[in-house]
Amino acid sequence: MDAVFEKAYRAGEILISIFITYLGLLLVTFLIARVIPIDPVLVVVGDRATPDVYQAAAKRLGLDQPLWLQFLSYVGGILHGDLGQSFISSRAVLSDLKRYFPATAELATAAILIGSVLGIPMGMIAAAREGRWPDYLFRVLGLIGYSVPVFWLGLMALLVFYAELGWSAGPGRLDIGFDGQIERITGFLLVDSAAQGEWEIFRNALSHLVLPAAILGFFSLAYISRMTRSFMLDQLTQEYVITARVKGMPEWRIIWLEVFPNIRVQLITVVALAYGGLLEGAVLTESVFAWPGIGSYMTSSLLAADMNAVLGATILIGTIFVIINMLADLLYRLLDPRARRGLANT
Amino acid sequence: MMTPAPPSHRSHAYWLLDPDPKSELQARLGSLYRQWLILRRNPLAAMGLTVLGLLVALAILAPLIAGYSPIEQDFTARLAPPSVHHFFGTDEFGRDIFSRVIYGTRITLVIVLVVVAIAGPLGLIVGCAAGYFGGLIDTVMMRITDIFLAFPRLVLALALVTALGPGIINAVLAIALTGWPPYARVARSEALVIRNTDYIKAARLSGCSHARIVLGHILPICLTSTIVRVALDMSGIILIAAGLGFLGLGAQPPSPEWGAMVASGRQFAFQQWWVSAMPGLAIFVVSLGFNLLGDGLRDALDPRRR
Repeated sequence: MDAVFEKAYRAGEILISIFITYLGLLLVTFLIARVIPIDPVLVVVGDRATPDVYQAAAKRLGLDQPLWLQFLSYVGGILHGDLGQSFISSRAVLSDLKRYFPATAELATAAILIGSVLGIPMGMIAAAREGRWPDYLFRVLGLIGYSVPVFWLGLMALLVFYAELGWSAGPGRLDIGFDGQIERITGFLLVDSAAQGEWEIFRNALSHLVLPAAILGFFSLAYISRMTRSFMLDQLTQEYVITARVKGMPEWRIIWLEVFPNIRVQLITVVALAYGGLLEGAVLTESVFAWPGIGSYMTSSLLAADMNAVLGATILIGTIFVIINMLADLLYRLLDPRARRGLANT
Repeated sequence: MMTPAPPSHRSHAYWLLDPDPKSELQARLGSLYRQWLILRRNPLAAMGLTVLGLLVALAILAPLIAGYSPIEQDFTARLAPPSVHHFFGTDEFGRDIFSRVIYGTRITLVIVLVVVAIAGPLGLIVGCAAGYFGGLIDTVMMRITDIFLAFPRLVLALALVTALGPGIINAVLAIALTGWPPYARVARSEALVIRNTDYIKAARLSGCSHARIVLGHILPICLTSTIVRVALDMSGIILIAAGLGFLGLGAQPPSPEWGAMVASGRQFAFQQWWVSAMPGLAIFVVSLGFNLLGDGLRDALDPRRR
């Protein structure tokens, strides 16, 4: 009974700390919005308005109230899904984000699949062959992943694989001819086209997706393989591995059947964090590949100084980031018996 | 970690590696020298150091090496491919890309230095103070760093630059303001350990003020691990600065900032590939150099890795 109470208490504590972090996140965006040297009242009334009109407009916008009250109504609005209006599209920012988000989610999901399916085995092989050529090869690859500017790599990949070799489709999500031919259900083009049996569109969408997903996946691959390698190296010096070796268990069995289950939980956390990190890489990748996602939305709004749109995208990305981190943390506590015990003890 | 054996003959090295230093200065120089020896033995770190040495040399000697003005336009030589006259070719205004890349080293170097000069001390002081005082101060300060870490860094920097307006100064400010939280975390974890040591208690008993303890006793010890963290972060700073430049929010034309140069070459990327490829390659090489050096520094300085 006591343990259950402890657990509930810890969970509550975590939730409260996430809530405070999130509130702080909104405070940061609120303050950024107030930093802009543009007077929001002037935008509404124009610069030839009389002081009376100006005051009235300020009052209507709630700008005559103390800052903390403005912040409260700002938070209240966001919790109701009100992110303001985009100056450019003059639609609600939230509905814009809803339209652009699936493209980013599709890209990031494809990228994380590439990153983990390749990155985890690479890290494991590097650790098993520590100090020999596969280790060096994968470490160099990882180092390149950490050092290369994603927008440049994307541009070069387009040049080589699209313009020169013609192996992949060009920028965008679909060839222009296919645009609007498919009914939008989930917003994931691959899912939607497969569900409606439009295999030609499916193939086209796939060939558009491969290149940006591979570029983006390369970055998560660098991180995932590096972390996998270090987890593996920690395990390989443990006594149970030595025992297994002494007993003559084949090396592949030790690695895949004995060691791998022990690092599985840590890997889930790493993959989750990498997924959050992809949102960042997506901003630049989308810009290069003209991928109509949140990143493109954000950068095009940036150049037009469309503050509501930029902050809306920032809040969305921040929210997803916080949720992913929270899930990773919770999963780790739920799945790892060591952390579970720690949860009850502390 | 094995320390290099002291040479048998009397020399600077002998004095520096004296296991029983006679003065504080000797001890400090000795430990610096030992770290240098470890760093030098690491071939990757040596490579990184070479790249960065080259970067600094190019930045200083830019006018001597470049051969062309980075800004002056020459429409008779528009979009010329790489050749003996123009090693990296020319851009849409006929400017020599090699010269622009060389001058760009100055911008890159200044950005990194200024960001580190702002974010490093800020993170260090916040982290040391949080770790030393503990309690409410610690909770509040770490909560603030958590909030900053809740945004992907580039996204927060983008939002800040939009609010402040595009330009290199605002870009640098935005990168610095989003960069300090990890440093604060590292410094804090170190300070948490030190605050309970006897010598801090002794300093407190002998009447040292809190400020003096934090600045004089805690901070120097946290410095090493923070430097390692900063060194590992430098390539990230370069990539974010280049990313902001690429999006048109960093240095403004005609300044030869590498990210902006890649962006300006986008429209010719499929025919005149060199306009984008060359500055991007420069970003890659420099960021690789910082990464190599950062890894080497970590191996040399981080006591836990020995």
